Amino acid sequence: MTVSATNMPVEELSRRAYNIRRHALKMGQVQGQGYVGQALGVADVLAVSYFRALTYRPGEPEWEGRDRFLLSIGHYAIALYAALIEAGVIPLEELETYGSDDSRLPMSGMASYTPGMEISGGSLGQGLGIAVGMGLGLKRKGTGQFVYNLMSDGELGEGSTWEAAASAAHWKLDNLITIVDFNNQQADGPSTQVLGMGDIAAKFAAFGWHAQFVNGNDMEALVEAFDKARELDDPRPRVIVADTLMGRGVPFLEAREKTHFIRVDEDEWDKAIDVLDAGYAAATA
Amino acid sequence: MSVEAPAKPRLKTSAMIASIAAEGQRTVSAPFGHALSKLAETKQNIVGMSADLAKYTDLHIFAANHPDRFYQMGMAEQLLMMSGAGMAREGFQPWLTTYAVFAARRAYDFLCLAIAEEGLDVKVCCALPGLTTGYGPSHQATEDLAIFRGMPDLTIVDPCDAIDIEQAVPQISDHKGAVYMRLLRGKVPAVLDEYDYKFELGKAKMLRDGADVLFISSGLMTMRALEAADRLRADKVEAAVLHCPTIKPLDEKTIIEAVAAKPGRLVVVAENHSVIGGLGEAVAACLLGSGTVPSGFRQIGLPDKFLDAGALPTLHDRYGISTDQVVARTLSWLG
Repeated sequence: MTVSATNMPVEELSRRAYNIRRHALKMGQVQGQGYVGQALGVADVLAVSYFRALTYRPGEPEWEGRDRFLLSIGHYAIALYAALIEAGVIPLEELETYGSDDSRLPMSGMASYTPGMEISGGSLGQGLGIAVGMGLGLKRKGTGQFVYNLMSDGELGEGSTWEAAASAAHWKLDNLITIVDFNNQQADGPSTQVLGMGDIAAKFAAFGWHAQFVNGNDMEALVEAFDKARELDDPRPRVIVADTLMGRGVPFLEAREKTHFIRVDEDEWDKAIDVLDAGYAAATA
Repeated sequence: MSVEAPAKPRLKTSAMIASIAAEGQRTVSAPFGHALSKLAETKQNIVGMSADLAKYTDLHIFAANHPDRFYQMGMAEQLLMMSGAGMAREGFQPWLTTYAVFAARRAYDFLCLAIAEEGLDVKVCCALPGLTTGYGPSHQATEDLAIFRGMPDLTIVDPCDAIDIEQAVPQISDHKGAVYMRLLRGKVPAVLDEYDYKFELGKAKMLRDGADVLFISSGLMTMRALEAADRLRADKVEAAVLHCPTIKPLDEKTIIEAVAAKPGRLVVVAENHSVIGGLGEAVAACLLGSGTVPSGFRQIGLPDKFLDAGALPTLHDRYGISTDQVVARTLSWLG
């Protein structure tokens, strides 16, 4: 079965995003830890990616005709696993193995472990450059797939990101879409304080990209941005800077002191899932 | 009346690009560029990519013959590795070129994680390995083997001459996986066709036998070892030369057998690389680990220091890797 650029309505995408958040919390609960703050924040982006934008076959993750989706930020693996479970690429039962010995779902994303994981991200600043090479390769083959690359605002500190940004524009890679998760958190504090990048969208635009800045937790805005990025008749690579809120959907985690790695106590996992469920129920009532 | 300064002898060049060929030596022009170009005629998935050094890594030959398959990636070595990884993911076989210093020192993480860890079929061919430029430490990759030997799933090749390179290119292409080749560029000496020799990836080859000394060498030092072996005959010293163009995986079996066959020979490992972390230490570990102890063991390699700028013949002499030095040092060790 091929999933292809559906016109899935916003309400259905929101349900998918809710499911992705729930899968991520369940995985976090297995290990008592994980980058759930990021997963909750980026769930809407992943829902639009996997249920609106990408063409792929859930049962055949290496199908040549697929759009490529690179997770440059290896530590967001818990978020991508949740999306891949929701997309039917990874069976739901495997959720219980998250981070365990011999699991296909290690805590950092690795291509050789997990179906649907295109690259081993994690050494930050590599995904965009790999996407450039894949974009060039797809153009050589003359096929029309897109390469999506999900990266973080922290990765903008890596010089290699800007080598890749310049190159993508130089080669007119209109088949490359990168999403910057602008949650303004990295290991040592807010990204804007660790190494301020100023106006991220303007920086990419100055490098020759088509740049959009959107609220990354606003489903309608995301749909519009992804649709535009795909349908644009313009020889520029595309960037969507998605302003997201860590912990989104679980108010007590949204409010928790913001750190790169949000602490969740043992007795809080069930509560987090209950709160998420209640929030979704209220929003859809 | 004008006063003329006393005439100074003209300084020899410390230019970046200098041939390692001795005066009058038989050479082949750009063997890598021609070999890859020829191979690409039959292998349609080969692409060439360079970080603004195609001209100085002989990849311009490939670019001229296959312009639509050449990618100029700009002076961005990290990007070179990343984009090569992406190309390989899409089914192409990228051949990436830059200088050895930049691949090893600057782009290590990108070759390591985007390429080697992923088992991707990418070939990284780098000019100016070891001491092959008089340009000083910024361009002298005296420790590239030490850096790269620690990388899992990376095959490392250090060819001796144009013959080695011509034969290595198709075999490196047939080997699926990441390969680092130390590239001799420009006018490259041709030496090995005088011996009954064929390059075989992963194999060390005995080029000549001798009872007193066993040179185990790679890269251009095999050429020097062969020259030294000829000259040592005048001192009634018979030297064998075992050429080890594949540094990793090391052909331990052949090395151990060669040493065990005549344990009375002095073993001299000669390499165009720091004495730290290269072929010398690899051979020492292999011999000690297998309990194969020769009567003596010495290393000819570059000292553990940042080297001078200057003309290559001067520097090779200064740091003990010229043929004169190989002969003199070997004789001194033999007593």
